[in-house]
Amino acid sequence: MTSDSIKNNNINKNNSKNTTKWFSNITLLRESQIMKIHYITGVGALFVVAIHIMMRLIMPFNMSLEFENVILNYKNVFYALLLESILILIAIHGFNGLRVILLEIRQTQIWERAVNILVIVAMIGIIAYGTRTIIIANGFSLG
Amino acid sequence: MNIFRKDKRKKIKNEIPLEIKRSNISTTSSSNKSSVKLRVFRINAVKNPNDVPHFDEFHVPVKRWTTVLDALLDAKSYQDSSIGIRYSCRMASCGSCGMKINGIPRLACYTKISDLDTNTITCEPLPNFPYIRDLVTDFSQFFNHHRSVMPFIQNKKADIPNVNELTEYEQSPQDLDKFLQFSYCIKCGLCYSACPTVATDLKFPGPQALSQAYRYFADSRDSDKSNRLKVIDTSHGIWRCHFAGSCSNVCPKGVDPALGIQLLRSHLLGISNSEKKIAKLQDRSPNSYREEEEEEEEAD
Repeated sequence: MTSDSIKNNNINKNNSKNTTKWFSNITLLRESQIMKIHYITGVGALFVVAIHIMMRLIMPFNMSLEFENVILNYKNVFYALLLESILILIAIHGFNGLRVILLEIRQTQIWERAVNILVIVAMIGIIAYGTRTIIIANGFSLG
Repeated sequence: MNIFRKDKRKKIKNEIPLEIKRSNISTTSSSNKSSVKLRVFRINAVKNPNDVPHFDEFHVPVKRWTTVLDALLDAKSYQDSSIGIRYSCRMASCGSCGMKINGIPRLACYTKISDLDTNTITCEPLPNFPYIRDLVTDFSQFFNHHRSVMPFIQNKKADIPNVNELTEYEQSPQDLDKFLQFSYCIKCGLCYSACPTVATDLKFPGPQALSQAYRYFADSRDSDKSNRLKVIDTSHGIWRCHFAGSCSNVCPKGVDPALGIQLLRSHLLGISNSEKKIAKLQDRSPNSYREEEEEEEEAD
């Protein structure tokens, strides 16, 4: 690492002057607010996953994975809500964690923007697809 | 005892330690406890940016209290005067002589060779800092991070026209204790070099800047809390600390930057119980004295 590489990074300069206007200086949440959500979702996910595991232990493992039993789980509204909450909490916690890891690898402006956008899109996509699955399974009729 | 008598002068001369008589010292045997092998990292990035780094070895004599800095200066004085090294106070007060000694960032003036318990001392420049030459590194980025957290007291009440009427900020010993530990920082850069996040994230301010942000945040004389917190509450700010603790481990002054970072995080999350007290300025204007006297007379 040489002095020139440090200077070229322009860490302390105002980078907004060198960027496009689109998505420049948009801050939806402060980092402390994001991390508060990260911690709350982490603890919450731990709690709901523990409930989910305990529910799975009420019957033998091979019976638990049978198609009819799985559909019956989704038809129970409370259980469906539990699964939905697991989906949302883990998606937020996991993708934010991925965002943090990726931001530490590289610090260029294009990379940071790409990571932020992709993480948000992936988060929304996973939650949407999972919610769709839960809704379809809830309305699925056996026989 | 009269040391100016001829016979006394001869006696004192005979008692001069052997290390001063260079020609009589054996520097070849590694089993000789009076000398150690010093491996010094050599590079000249200023003269030749493509210079290949290498190690030069020196055998230097040591006594019981010899520090790494003493050994380096001995090598520089008597064997190779081109060794690049930064030092100043020689008493762990200025922070100039920070370097990696046997794999750990330390102050050379504060590290005794006897404490290292080895015959081979490897001296390298501080990690996470760009090379200049040999053991001298570039602290520009480190100081930029420090400057970015506004390391000075900011109090809007002090910005008044008639400043002569005001004397001092009142600060209790309890208020002082909240930040005193963090004021011992000598900006040596050892914590910055030990931090694993600094190694990967160039935008991370580092433990020194963040602990100084807490030092001024916790100071009751400071009132500009929000601006300083905005600087560190970013995607590459205080939240990228992984709490490795290496910074506190290597600090020679006992500052504990990791503690400062965690305390500041608790403030940012809004879960801290300690209230930040706003400084109360002592008003020494003539009118204030008259009002106090009138109140005392009324009370009587």
